[in-house]
Amino acid sequence: MTEPQPRGHFGPFGGQYVAETLMPALEELEAALEAASRDPGFWEEFWGLLRTYVGRPTPLTPAHRLTEALGGARIYLKREDLCHTGAHKINNTLGQVLLARRMGKRRIIAETGAGQHGVATATAAALFGMECAVYMGAEDVRRQAPNVERMRLLGAEVVPVESGSRTLKDAMNEAIRQWVTHVETTFYVIGSVAGPHPYPAMVREFQRVIGEETRAQCLETLGRLPDAIVACLGGGSNAMGMFAPFLEDPVTLVAVEAAGEGVETGRHAAAIGAGRVGVLHGMKSFFLQDGDGQIQEAHSISAGLDYPGVGPEVAWLVESGRVRTVTATDADALEAFHLTARTEGILPALESSHALARAGDLAREIGPDGILVVNLSGRGDKDLATVLAAGKGGAA
Amino acid sequence: MNRLESALRSVRDRGGKALVPFLTAGFPDRQTFVDLLLEAERAGADALEVGIPFSDPSADGPVIQEASARVLAAGYRLEHAFADLRAARDRGLGIPALFMTYYNPVLSRGSERFAREARQAGADGVLVVDLPWEESGEFLPVARDQGLDTVLLVAPTTPEERVGRIVAGASGFVYCVSVTGVTGQKRPVEATVDDLVGRVRRHTDLPALVGFGVSDAASAAALAARSDGVIVGSALIRTVGDHAGASAVARARKFLDSLREALKG
Repeated sequence: MTEPQPRGHFGPFGGQYVAETLMPALEELEAALEAASRDPGFWEEFWGLLRTYVGRPTPLTPAHRLTEALGGARIYLKREDLCHTGAHKINNTLGQVLLARRMGKRRIIAETGAGQHGVATATAAALFGMECAVYMGAEDVRRQAPNVERMRLLGAEVVPVESGSRTLKDAMNEAIRQWVTHVETTFYVIGSVAGPHPYPAMVREFQRVIGEETRAQCLETLGRLPDAIVACLGGGSNAMGMFAPFLEDPVTLVAVEAAGEGVETGRHAAAIGAGRVGVLHGMKSFFLQDGDGQIQEAHSISAGLDYPGVGPEVAWLVESGRVRTVTATDADALEAFHLTARTEGILPALESSHALARAGDLAREIGPDGILVVNLSGRGDKDLATVLAAGKGGAA
Repeated sequence: MNRLESALRSVRDRGGKALVPFLTAGFPDRQTFVDLLLEAERAGADALEVGIPFSDPSADGPVIQEASARVLAAGYRLEHAFADLRAARDRGLGIPALFMTYYNPVLSRGSERFAREARQAGADGVLVVDLPWEESGEFLPVARDQGLDTVLLVAPTTPEERVGRIVAGASGFVYCVSVTGVTGQKRPVEATVDDLVGRVRRHTDLPALVGFGVSDAASAAALAARSDGVIVGSALIRTVGDHAGASAVARARKFLDSLREALKG
């Protein structure tokens, strides 16, 4: 298990790069998290919600026709798309909102890009009767209108952010500003294994149920561990949640970054593949940036992967060789979306479609006797407009 | 003791209050920026804080965000910030100056190179806003080796024992953040500032300057009365606004004159 070394570092990554005003708030959060972690009642309530509200455990579905179409290892899909609200994000927001309640905070804020984390946060806040404001880049508010409406129906205030590139990174900047300004009353729910310590480790712990279930399901129904697991990689919450329980096992772990229109075009979101080490949003990790350290915009057809950085633990696991990264382009993801729809009757999220896009290569690498698990992190209903606008995938 | 610290100590020793204007490098344009630095000295500024524009200024309010975005959109580079301060020095700028920056431009440049180039440009100190005490070990010693004072922030949320740790690593002055918030947004509560400056004074005799909440002459006077001086950024940038050239300089001068007058008390 890679626990953050002193002061929340994963090797050279992580840390707490925030303005002084927030440091005491991070200490308070760390102390509350430690106390909650030792309290069996906290986890009982959390796991109870995962069972009775989220609908866990989610199935591990054998993908017979996808396996046949791709050739190679038997493919199994971890069905996070069947979680309440349609993606794994809800696991984490319930955990953090429970913690916020324990800390006596009444107001929840969050950043969101595509709106999935915003919806999951608004959902958890509604469930516990807490006030909720979600910061969202003005450009994303325009692109993701249905999720904006969902958040508002759930009682959250959606605040369009007009600064910078008006996308996810700017929403996160604004959420940090709001947190600084109302730090004593407000809990900031970060949606990925990103941000200053203790967020990356905390979010991973709330998401590790994905990997724990997968591990138990493999042992129970297949009698063995998989040979490889593949997950998409934006900030890294679904990847870390899936990988965390397998780090000590002889299982190949593959994370797929979004290559957008192609890494060579400069319009992509491959922070590890094409970024450099930097500091943003409280953490040291890989970021897309220019020669002066100005952060660059990410590009991906999948709004959930449209972030110019990656969580620090993922960075460390890649740097130390434990996790392998590959990329998939927008066109690759669309093709995988259509293939999965037609062969398995599942519309995967465009984020998860990036993981599916590399499943064929991995399945063939492992061979027909092997087992490959794909983390199907969310459902694709939210992406219908994007997919239809892109035309028929497979042709690309 | 470096120039920045000695200048601010001498202001205090003669019973005065320090005035430190903050200007975003390259704002509103390169030429006017250099003129503004020189005019600030003529208006009686004791030191200058020069903000290096960053794409993601999460500690700044809308005024400085906007100024940074405008400068970057015009193609301003880190090397321009160094060159512009150098140009002001070459034209006779005498008062100490410190760079305020986010950490990523430093890291991207390489800590040592950044510190060396800042020093060569004529900077006397540096403040990295998102580098708290816990993470400061990877840059502050490098900056000190290059002869730069290392200014650190303390905030209303900073507990007493933490203030002690922070000021032990600080030089130049202690930057007291007057509000829990970003730059230029909230009005400081006087009792909060008194508490904070009090905590600082119990641990160091470094000058304690107050910033983040100076909006006009009255607030400058009120905050200076409780500290060793003030840093004024957003209000100054807002005064310059859409102006450039001589009109920007004249507006800044009028505003700085009003602050200088208010600080005479």
